[in-house]
Amino acid sequence: MVEGILFVVLAATSLGGAMTVVMARNPIHAAMGLLGTLFSLAVIYIINLAHLVAAVQIIVYAGAVMTLFLFVIMMIGVDKTEDTSETIPRQRLFIGILGLALLALGGALAIGDRFAWTPGTVRTEPVEGTIEILADRLFTEWLLPFESTALLLTIAAAGAIALAFFSRDGRVEK
Amino acid sequence: MTVTAGWYMTLGAALFSIGLIGILVRRNALIMFMCVELMLNAVNLSFVAGGRAWGSIQGQVSVFFVLVVAAAEVVVGLAIIVAIFRKRTSANVDLLAELKG
Repeated sequence: MVEGILFVVLAATSLGGAMTVVMARNPIHAAMGLLGTLFSLAVIYIINLAHLVAAVQIIVYAGAVMTLFLFVIMMIGVDKTEDTSETIPRQRLFIGILGLALLALGGALAIGDRFAWTPGTVRTEPVEGTIEILADRLFTEWLLPFESTALLLTIAAAGAIALAFFSRDGRVEK
Repeated sequence: MTVTAGWYMTLGAALFSIGLIGILVRRNALIMFMCVELMLNAVNLSFVAGGRAWGSIQGQVSVFFVLVVAAAEVVVGLAIIVAIFRKRTSANVDLLAELKG
């Protein structure tokens, strides 16, 4: 019952934030809407016993990623003059149909009987997402993918620096 | 009223659809990036809810990898947007039409 109420409230806030991202003219408002969605999802993670994921969600997404977004918005200026008229005829209609179809498909798959795909021996009691349990999996079974993400982050940082410092003809900008 | 994983996954599907619609409708590169984040978060929600329904921690482990990929994508993507902005003084993706034949 409590979970039902929480789900309704959090679903409303997260969907409202998502709609703000899509509809807002001002990019700052869109960023704030995304922030609301991220916080709502963090609370949903806590309900789903994913405590560490919720903490990381707030630290990484609401902290780092949103700060980066707001920094870039401020740096390149708030552009409210976006032209939202469509150049491709009837694109809006197709977008609406595509979105509704995707939502219907996802909802039908999630709610319908097909969700009971439980294969073989699986524990059915929920697992609490504490640091110990997560780290135990992450540093044994998922060690190679985990190390690969370190490489990915290094490449991303190097790529961002390269994009910022080198111009097209290859010389370093002062 | 018991909330099953299907409810959360439906919410995830709705968030994913909104993100996809946003990418198709908006022209501002920054807002398109926010819509990508929205879609990644929708998938994370499905991972967490599915992992709980299965009684498995693997769903939450997957979320970490999605999170890292999202962070890397934001770093490179925003650097590209800033680099384009320094040339074009606009974040409108429709202006990037050099490859048009």
